[in-house]
This record gives sequence, C-alpha cells and structure tokens, in this order.
Amino acid sequence: MTFQMFLQQLINGVSLGSLYGLVAIGYTMVYGILRLINFAHGDVLMVGCYFAFYAILIFSLPWYFSFLVAIFLTAVLGIVIDRGAYLPVRKAPRISALITAIGVSFLLENLALVIFGGRPKPFYRPPIFGKVIEWGDLHFLTLSLWIPFITVVLVLLLLLVIYRTRTGMAMRAIARDMETVRLMGVDVNRITSITFALGSALAAAGGIMWALKFPQIEPYMGIVPGLKAFVAAVLGGIGNVIGAALGGFLLGLLEIMLVALMPSLGGYKDAFAFLILIGILLFRPIGIMGEKLPD
Amino acid sequence: MTLFSAEHLTMIFGGLMAVDEFSLELKGGDLIGLIGPNGAGKTTVFNMITGNLKPTRGKILFKDEEISGLKPNAITRRGIARTFQNIRLFQDLPVIENVMISYHGGLRSSFMGAVLQTPLYNREEKEMHAGAMVLLQRVRLADFASERAGALSYGQQRRLEIARALATNPKLLLLDEPAAGMNPQETQELMDFILKIKEDFHLTVLLIEHDMRVVMGICEWIKVLDYGATIAEGTPKEIQNNPQVIAAYLGEAGGKSIA
Amino acid sequence: MNKTRDRILTGLSLIGLFAFLYWAKGNATEYQIRLLNNAAIFITLAVSYNLINGICGQFSLEPNAFVAIGAYTSALLTMSPAEKQISFIIEPIIWPLNVISIPFWLSLIIAGVVTGFLAFLMGFPVFRVRGDYLAIVTLGFGEVVRVVANNIQSITNGPLGLKGLVPHTNLWWSFGFMIFTLFFISRLTKSSFGRAMKAIREDEVAAEAMGIRSFRYKMMAFTVSGFFEGIAGGLLAHLITTISPVLFTFFLTFNLLIIIVVGGLGSTTGCVISSVLFVFGSEALRAVEEPFSIGPVHVPGIPGMRMVIFAIILVMVMIFARQGIMGRGEFSWQRLIDVLRRTGGRLRSRA
Repeated sequence: MTFQMFLQQLINGVSLGSLYGLVAIGYTMVYGILRLINFAHGDVLMVGCYFAFYAILIFSLPWYFSFLVAIFLTAVLGIVIDRGAYLPVRKAPRISALITAIGVSFLLENLALVIFGGRPKPFYRPPIFGKVIEWGDLHFLTLSLWIPFITVVLVLLLLLVIYRTRTGMAMRAIARDMETVRLMGVDVNRITSITFALGSALAAAGGIMWALKFPQIEPYMGIVPGLKAFVAAVLGGIGNVIGAALGGFLLGLLEIMLVALMPSLGGYKDAFAFLILIGILLFRPIGIMGEKLPD
Repeated sequence: MTLFSAEHLTMIFGGLMAVDEFSLELKGGDLIGLIGPNGAGKTTVFNMITGNLKPTRGKILFKDEEISGLKPNAITRRGIARTFQNIRLFQDLPVIENVMISYHGGLRSSFMGAVLQTPLYNREEKEMHAGAMVLLQRVRLADFASERAGALSYGQQRRLEIARALATNPKLLLLDEPAAGMNPQETQELMDFILKIKEDFHLTVLLIEHDMRVVMGICEWIKVLDYGATIAEGTPKEIQNNPQVIAAYLGEAGGKSIA
Repeated sequence: MNKTRDRILTGLSLIGLFAFLYWAKGNATEYQIRLLNNAAIFITLAVSYNLINGICGQFSLEPNAFVAIGAYTSALLTMSPAEKQISFIIEPIIWPLNVISIPFWLSLIIAGVVTGFLAFLMGFPVFRVRGDYLAIVTLGFGEVVRVVANNIQSITNGPLGLKGLVPHTNLWWSFGFMIFTLFFISRLTKSSFGRAMKAIREDEVAAEAMGIRSFRYKMMAFTVSGFFEGIAGGLLAHLITTISPVLFTFFLTFNLLIIIVVGGLGSTTGCVISSVLFVFGSEALRAVEEPFSIGPVHVPGIPGMRMVIFAIILVMVMIFARQGIMGRGEFSWQRLIDVLRRTGGRLRSRA
C-alpha cells in the first residue's frame, strides 16, 4: 500500500473515528453518573438526523440553522427519555433499568418506522461539505476535514463545561458518589437530565455528520454506530470523556485499516468491533484511560 | 495444634494501607474478638480470609494448607464460613432454601440425576431439607421455613445468616457484627447462642463486634485494630485498661464506651 | 401436597392436550395450525431464555444467536445434496456438507449439541463480566453470528439463505418438544441446581460465600439454554422452510425479552402464559396494521404499530409492574385448586 493510500485511509479513519467518539462520549457520560448503558443512545442519534431532515424539508430553514435546531430538539428528547423512562426506575434493580433502556430503544426505532416510514431518505449535503479536494492521488471531501475539526471543537467545549463550570463539577461529583452529592443538597435529577441533554446533543451532532458522510437516513441507522460507539467508550475507559473520544478515534482507525489491509474480510467489519470488545473485556477491562472497573 | 494462621496480612488499596501486617493464630475451640473504630480494617481482614480480597502481602494457612488467593467458594468448601455485616440473604427465596443452598456443595447427584429425580437425588434432597430444618429449629426460625427471607425481621434475618453459615459445616466461623441492631435481651441470647454452637459444632470463632458487652463477655482473646494496624491484643481485662485502645476509641466522635 | 393426585392431574392434562392436537390436525385451518406451532416454539424459546435470564439472573441477549446457529445447523444437515446444489449458486457448499443429508430428528439433536457447545465456549469470555456488559457482549455475539452468516457463502449461502427445507415440523414435534422443555427446565429449576442458580441471581457474593461455584452454574444455565434454543431453531427452520440471516436479528431477542419480562422474570409458568398472549396478541394486533372501518369511519392501517405497542408495554411493565404477571411464582395444582375453591366458596355464599 502506497503512502498515498495510507494517508487516504488515515483521513477516512480519523473521520469515522470522530463520529464514533462523539457518540461514545454520550454513552460514557451517562454510564459515569448512572451506571447505565443507555441502549437508546444510538436511536437518539437517528432521531436527531430526522429532526434535521424535516427542519430543512418542511420548514425550509437554512441548513446551519436546521442542524442547530435538530441538535437542540434532540437534547430535549434526551431529557424526556431520562425523566419519562429512566427516572422512574432509578431505584429499581439494575436489570430493570437495562430492560427499560432496551424498550425505549425499540420504541424509538419503531415510532420512527411508523412516523417516517422505512424507506431510506436522502440527506441534504450542503455544498460547503461536498467539495472534493484533490491532492496527488488523494481524493476526499472537505467533509472529511470538517468532521474531525468540529468534533475536536465540540469535545473541547464539553471539557470546558465539565471542568470549568459548577454543573460540570456536580457531574463529576455524582459520578463518584451520587448519594453524598444528593445529601449535600444538589438536585441530582437536574444534573442527570443535563447530562442526558449534553450526551444527546453530541449524538445528534455525530448523527448529522454521519448523515452528511453517508447521505441516507433510515430508522435503524443508529443501531450499529451506537453499538460501535459503545465499544469505543469501553475501549477508552468507561466513564472517561477523553477516553471515549480517544477510543472512538482508535476504533475508527482500526476498522478502516482492517478493510484496507484485508479487503476480503471487509464484510466482517461490523463484527470486528465486537471482537475488540470481547478482547478488551478479557484482557484489560479498565480500558485505555479507565479509572473504574466496569461493575 | 494450629487450625488457622494469618501471617503478615497486608492490604493496600491504591496507595491506602487498609490493613498493616495483621497476624493471627487460632487453635480449635478458640473464640477471638476483633475490635476497633469504624474503618479500622476489620471487615477487610475478614474479606482477605474468605477470599473476597486478594492480600497485597501475607499468607493465610488453614489446616496446614495455604489458602491465600483462593476463591471464596473454595475457601468455604475447606471449612471457613462467614456472615455479612450488611445482611446478604437470598431475599426472594424461602427461608429454608436459604439454608439448603449451603448443602448444595455436598451434593453427589449430577444435574441429570436432579432432573430425572433419581432415588439417590430424592434421598439427598430429603436429607438437605431435614438438615436445614434442624438448623432452623436451633435458631428458632423453623416456623418461618416457607416464608420469603426478605419478609423476616432484622433480628430474624441475622439468625438466618448464622444458620446458613453453619450449614456449610465449617470448622472456623467468622461473624461480622452479629449483634448489630439487637436489643439487650437479643444480645444476651446471641451470646449464649454463640457459646452453645461453638461447643455443639466444635467450632472456632472469630468475631467482629462493636458491642463491648458481647466482646468482653464471651471472647477469650481480643485484637484491636486502628487504621489498619494492630495496636493491642490481650485478654478482655487487659484490653479494657489499655490506654492506647481507650484513646483510639475516644478519638472516634461519639465512640462507644469500652467498659 | 398430594404427589399422586398431582401426577394424575398432569397426566390427564397431557392426554387432553394430545387429544386436542389430534383433533386440530384434522380439523383446524392451516392458519390456525401455524399459530399453534408458533405458540409452542415461542413457549419453548421463552422458557429456555428464562433459565439464564430469570432464574440465574444473568442478563443475556443471546437467543437470536443461538436460534440462528441451531436453525442453520439443522437445515444444512437435512437439506438434500440436490437441494443444496440448486441453492448455493454463488459459491458451492463445502464438503462434507454437500453430501450429507440426515434424518430430521438427528439434525435436531446435533443442532442442540452444537449450539450448547458454542454456548459453553462463549461462556468463558462472557461470564467474566456482569450486568450491562454481559448484555452488550451477548448482543454483540448475536451481531457476529449474523455477520458471519451473511458472509460465509460456502457454508450458509450468505444473504440468499437456505430454501426449500422440508416442512418436517408439525404439531407433534413442536408441542412434543415444548413439553420436554417444560419438563426438563422446571425439574432443573426446582432442584438443588436451580436453587444454586437462584442464589446467584439473588446475591452472587453470598452464594459464593456459601460454597457455590458461581461460574459453573452460570455456565450450566447458559449451556442448557443454548441447547434448547438451538433445537427450537431447528424446529423453526423446518416450520417456515426458508431461513436467512435477516430472520435472526435482535428483533427476535427483543420479542422474547418482552415475553419473559411480562410473564415474570424467573417464572416458567409466566413464560408460558405470556408466550401465548404474545403469539395470539400479535395476530390480533395485526388488525391495527390493516385498514379497517368502524361504521362510517375508515381508519387507515399503520404498519409497524404492533411493535410500538409492544415496546410501550415493555416500558410500562418495567415502570409500574416490574414483577410481571406471575412474579416469581409457579403454577401448581394445589394453587389452582385453592383458587377454584375460594371462587366457588364466594359464589356459594352469594347465592
């Protein structure tokens, strides 16, 4: 493989990895404070895409505005799911919360199927993202550069929130000891909802960029990226935001490299992420930057 | 004839020394108490002995066999049983099944035998049931045999915990705060009960307690821990008058009297 | 507890059931027979799934993977060489599968053993983790199975799947196996081994402290579940006569999950009841998806609405009635008699 090809795959990998990373952050934040794997996270991504799609289509809003509106609405969706489905089972045994999450996931998928229909819809790609850059043998869309850039910006913004605001401090504290924080008078439920809102917003951003990259949306589009993002979160160390971003990049790169180096195994790339998961859980369950063992 | 010995047991959690060089030797029939302020490391010592924690350093020998690092179920099968500080009963199961489970390790039938209900299995099931009832009678819970364990009162649950530990046929019994939450009458009954089962079942007992009446009342020898280190050991009389022990307890806000 | 009376009553019920099946074979419509077969297979699957999830408390999402493995194994073994040649158009099937064609009953046994064995192998990495992670790992395994099935053209025929299977599965097979499964699993659950599994569910640390080797019993539950789910897969394959990877998605696992949760995690009886409700309810709800008219009002059908309703039911049950229908309780003749006596008493006192 020539250096050019390698560079091409590197760009693809980084771009894909950014998307995984953004979605992985949502998983890791929710797991950090609630010890819950939000099964519905991948589907939230999907709903975000549909929000953007209809914002452009029905309300004819300019694309940058639609995307922001979609992200905002998805954040609201995250809060609704938290308050409506997860809060009532907060005190219940873990299995109940898990089953509820699966139920919500399924509900979102099938509601989308019923409301939007199962046929894939084409997603609008604004010209700014669609320009092709040529550099020697390399061909790529400007999108491939925008994605990692926007991801890094969003991650930095998030880190700012987590480490420089009082809300962020509360989030970090809850991740360590929810009961004590509650006893200190902090409204734990409010912070949890904010966490869901942030995670969902990031998922929507990731989803929209995914839809820009692979411009078709359908109700089940969130499942596989969602699961892979979860693997990325575990890979990076569950509960750790930077770890999730790193895990995402790593997973994206590994996946692209696998297909590039062994094209005949290309059909198995979806299974690849799970093999990585089993490997991590067997050999280093803490993950790359992990502090807490998955319990 | 040493039944049990812990040598230089040390537990370090990420920089924090939870237990520092704990050593103990037990002969058959001993009744030893382990006391100290909250957080002194007493339950950590138990967890090391029962295999729930792997000691950072040190060795544990039981019946001349090194057991440090074995899994909890292996240690129980060798004859060390325990109760838990925060009761860990099988809440949804009937009281009698909570005890019967401890007999499962001794089952000779295979699972096919259980499914087919062979004569051997039926006999073993009957024996387990009968044995469990006998133990329940000893702890005065026989009338509650088919009740859900979670429905019992706190004191009853504590007794059930002891019954099921006894069902594992131990030689060494570790009791973690058995008198917690008991009123004076129940506490006295518990003290009598511990002495009786020690005799009837030929047990060696190691006991963590905060209630000094129990410790001073039945223990022959006491070890005192504070911040993981053994600060004193001796007979009840010696410990009562030990200035370091008194200081350790008074240092704890609202510490219980040790007299 | 009158054992002899119980045995007689159970025996009579079985005879009744077989009499009904005999009548059905001759007199029921094909549609009704298909429903009955579905019900029997779903009961079998639910009861097996409940063993690892509800009884042993290990939250696994494995059924679609095991059903797929069982279905493909059984199908590949019974298909005639000629049939295989016709189906495998992209890549010929490998040896020795291209020449093998064995009787149905044998293929089922092998399907069960293969699936059980794979469950056993899977158990080693899977039971290293707990709770949510166990769920994701088993879910991931389901995905791996699906991807593999889609790609190994020379064994599974990839996305084209296997067609033209002989419809061996009839009411005798499906109900017969269902009864065997019910018998085996309820005996296992009631035994000391079942107690060990329940202890692990209630409190694994305490179970270990009482001498239970928790890994061993998790493996036991998982392998037994795998065995029965695999055979059910084989039965399913020979009922619908065409299988392909799209049949074995998470959708199947989700349906089974709803069934065992609504029935009551940990109750075999609950699984039976809710499986029946599910199969017949699904059919009834099909009406919601077709257009229908109430008098002058014409309601257009909403395809996919069924699953939305099921998903809502699941979430509602988790929030308001976590115990499900039976909770952890089981059926016993004694209980039924007590209930009948009480109702009879109430009716009499009113008269």
